[in-house]
Amino acid sequence: MQALLQFGRNGLRQQAQSKYLSQALRGYASKELTVRDALNSALDEELARDDRVFIMGEEVGEYQGAYKITRGLLQKYGAKRVRDTPITEAGFTGIGAGAAFAGLRPIVEFMTFNFAMQAIDQIINSSAKTLYMSAGTISSPIVFRGPNGAAAGVAAQHSQCYAAWYSHVPGLKVLAPYDAEDCRGLLKAAIRDPDPVVFLENEILYGSAFPVDDTILGKDFTLPIGKAKVQREGKDITLVGFGKMVGYNLEAAKELEKEGVSAEVINVRTLKPLDRETIVNSVRKTHRVVCVEEGWPQSGFTAEIVATVNEECFDDLDAPPERVTGAEVPMPYAANLEAAALPQVKDVIRVAKRCLGR
Amino acid sequence: MALSTLKQACQLSRLAGTLRPAIYLSARGFAAEPAQEESETITLEVNPFKGHKVEPPSNVVETNKDELFDMYKTMFLMRRMELTADQLYKQKLARGFLHLADGQEGVPVGMEAALDFDDSMIQSYRDHCTYVGRGGTMKAVFAELMGRVDGPARGLGGSMHLYHREHNFFGGVGIVGEQIPVGTGLGFAHQYRDDGHVAFTIYGDGAANQGQIFEAFNMAAIWNLPVVYVVENNHYGMGTADSRASKSPQYYTRGDYVPGLWVDGMDCLAVKQACLFAKKHALENGPILLEMDTYRYHGHSISDPGSTYRTRDEVSGIRRARDPIEHVKQIIIEHGWADANELKRLEKELKAQVNADVEEAKKSPFPPEEDFYNNIYVDGLGAKLRPIEVGMDKIQLPKGPRGPSADASTH
Repeated sequence: MQALLQFGRNGLRQQAQSKYLSQALRGYASKELTVRDALNSALDEELARDDRVFIMGEEVGEYQGAYKITRGLLQKYGAKRVRDTPITEAGFTGIGAGAAFAGLRPIVEFMTFNFAMQAIDQIINSSAKTLYMSAGTISSPIVFRGPNGAAAGVAAQHSQCYAAWYSHVPGLKVLAPYDAEDCRGLLKAAIRDPDPVVFLENEILYGSAFPVDDTILGKDFTLPIGKAKVQREGKDITLVGFGKMVGYNLEAAKELEKEGVSAEVINVRTLKPLDRETIVNSVRKTHRVVCVEEGWPQSGFTAEIVATVNEECFDDLDAPPERVTGAEVPMPYAANLEAAALPQVKDVIRVAKRCLGR
Repeated sequence: MALSTLKQACQLSRLAGTLRPAIYLSARGFAAEPAQEESETITLEVNPFKGHKVEPPSNVVETNKDELFDMYKTMFLMRRMELTADQLYKQKLARGFLHLADGQEGVPVGMEAALDFDDSMIQSYRDHCTYVGRGGTMKAVFAELMGRVDGPARGLGGSMHLYHREHNFFGGVGIVGEQIPVGTGLGFAHQYRDDGHVAFTIYGDGAANQGQIFEAFNMAAIWNLPVVYVVENNHYGMGTADSRASKSPQYYTRGDYVPGLWVDGMDCLAVKQACLFAKKHALENGPILLEMDTYRYHGHSISDPGSTYRTRDEVSGIRRARDPIEHVKQIIIEHGWADANELKRLEKELKAQVNADVEEAKKSPFPPEEDFYNNIYVDGLGAKLRPIEVGMDKIQLPKGPRGPSADASTH
């Protein structure tokens, strides 16, 4: 009923194929939730559920979170469980690693993942590898989370995408949510997961609102780690991406539909362990693939998708796999150059058409 | 009471049979039956501690015959273990890196006399003796060096990665300095749980200038974490003398606002006293730093002769004057608990025990194929990983939490 009012009869027909309608019809109390609130509510619920969970990072407490992701949590849970740290990433990440070894469940927030480079030895050599080196006796139920990749006008030192670096390392699980559903489900799953999880958020998306239903808002709502989602079904071409690029690919798909192209959009969700099966099955169906990321191209995450497609379904391809990535430059500040350094929706559309031979 | 007076008292007591100095309970020979009576408590003086922003504990240490024998035997076994590890490497049964701690045995032995296994500990890669101090067996160490399944890491870690989760020993860490924030996190967990225990975080003079240490000190001090930081100062970070690497090699002062003690690390009784004091301090007042003045006879690792940056005279001089095992041996002999021949016989037995352990360890098999991918994750999620080439079968991980950590880490 709400959908009818919102979209009108013609709109309803258009939405008939879309996931949103089915969601709207399923959830009788359909509402919207920002990514920020999705993350905040997930943290809140997991702090309430398990005493061992605590949050640690710069400005997570009294400041209410640099990006307000942890708003209200200090007031609710106290300073023991929402711990402001000094600006010393190597130190507090190592403390988190040790606390996890001892069986607590830390959530370490990096104000951005650029700063995590100062702590990357602890993430990789302490948290990622110790389970293996100890033959399974010492585990690391820890979550490292924060904004990753390009923001807006923050220049080269604050704009790097670390998807390729972390997804490279065995022993880590790496997640990249797109919408509010992803943020709630994947973050709750990450906190409950017994292994170290790198959770790559996107600052630009924090304020974006997405529809959610009662299932998504449920206290035990989790999404499976290790499974990609077919965000939009299609049959002519596969668009693969994670995080913000899923939104770009959905927009590109909408535009392509006007020209009679049915694009399938894969939301990778878990960068490691990578759900190669879902991606390959999609490419076997559509025979063409464009992979999109904001990170740099050399040894980038999309390079892995292209390698996988070549290795596992080369014979199903009707065209070489394509990539749309960030340009191979440190991020410029000037707005025009910054825009030129990142893929835009029009780039995805153009490359998709090229892949289709148009 | 001065040590010389004690010695005189010992001799007098033995000769007279009935004359006893006030601090003595009794003096019996090694051959006598030890089991029936409470072990004879004595007090001894150790080298005085030096304090930084803290009043050092008394240098009069209480111990007893049983404890001293225990310490002596453990140190001797540790010494033999390290020398045997050297041989294993030369026989190409052990591979990669090997960092031996012979000469430093006084530190783990003194420490464990002050702690229990609910206290946590983390160490650098020079970890064989620390692991044994934490209750690990020598056979397990030898097996791990040879990459066999009966090692504490089932052969997956090697010399630098010995762990004992049950006794709260978290390694065995290969990256210099990495263990200090991690050890601080172990202390964080003790405080979070309010469980009355402390974390001993051990590192070397080579690591002592690392920035992350000072980050850890700061947070430990702000939050009053029950952490005891232990610098095993063996005076050489690999081949660089402490005075060449550090503007201030007085490591016990480097905590600034974190109080510290300098300890004669070649005397296990001094180490014990300092650790008892430090544990109490950490629980009541927050972090404290102990500098153990110690020495390693081997080079930095098995590939280092240890003679290009220090003189052979220095090494043999320290061995003559300060060897931790000889020191306790002297105390035992002076108190009439055994003579040199009895101890020689005991040492022969202990050597045989070590040799037997090596032979047992050699029988242990290499890890099976499942160990290749079993412990990448606690919960493998049923994921498929890529093998070395795409023509091979994917590596199929199990689904659901499993393995030794499964119970502890799930909810």
